[in-house]
Amino acid sequence: MKAHLTRRYRFSASHRLHSAEMSEDENRATYGKCNNPHGHGHNYALEVTVSGQVDPATGMVCNLVDLDRCVESQVLSRYHLENLNVLEEFSVTVPTTENLCIQIFEILQRRFPHAHLDRVRLEETMMNSFEYCGGNEVLQ
Amino acid sequence: MVYLTRKAEFSASHYYHNPVFTPEQNQHLFGKCNNPNGHGHNYTLEVTVKGEVDQRSGFVVDLKQLKQVMHREVLDAMDHRFLNKEVPEFLTQIPTTENLAIAIWQRLEAKLESARLHRVRVYETPDLFVDFYGEG
Repeated sequence: MKAHLTRRYRFSASHRLHSAEMSEDENRATYGKCNNPHGHGHNYALEVTVSGQVDPATGMVCNLVDLDRCVESQVLSRYHLENLNVLEEFSVTVPTTENLCIQIFEILQRRFPHAHLDRVRLEETMMNSFEYCGGNEVLQ
Repeated sequence: MVYLTRKAEFSASHYYHNPVFTPEQNQHLFGKCNNPNGHGHNYTLEVTVKGEVDQRSGFVVDLKQLKQVMHREVLDAMDHRFLNKEVPEFLTQIPTTENLAIAIWQRLEAKLESARLHRVRVYETPDLFVDFYGEG
């Protein structure tokens, strides 16, 4: 039987929202306080949802230890206490939480082979959250 | 279609062990969860039912009935219990959060009268939960 497992993680990082394709005025108008040249930070909460048949021998969709290890080594260690703008993937792409959410989904899709990756949900603050399902519809 | 979610909490203990595996394999696979004395969690259960809103009552489901069924089928059976020893499903299955969500779905689906079950979500901790949407 198929079940969906969600695990929640936390990391903190700084960023500045600024597009090289816009003028200074347009950047300020678009991003407001988030365009501050010195950057600012967030405590992000990351939810990773994977799914698959529950293995009758283990009762599990996948071993949580494998998922934790993968998220830790591929995502948390890369982003926790970093400035997102200096990272290669955000050298051109603006490190909005939308783009960060897509980036994390793509990393995990490449690196986590033990279950199907359904969704990455990223909370930037308690008020804002973003979800990406690899182009598929968000789960009910 | 409207979806209604009812929450409940229960506390229970469990451990993970498959008698087919050697003690070393069990320890390797399940780690600290393999301790036969068990350990506990405060579980949060979210039951979501769906349906059209009844024109006369304005309800998707009679919440009183849903609460009663959740209480009788889940909380009375599992709250303050050792799942491996006191809940029949887990005499033969490992009481992982996945299997717990499936067992709760099966218990509720058989007893709900008017409501159509949409999802059972079980939080083992605030940082880990499992969703089950039935076999379909």
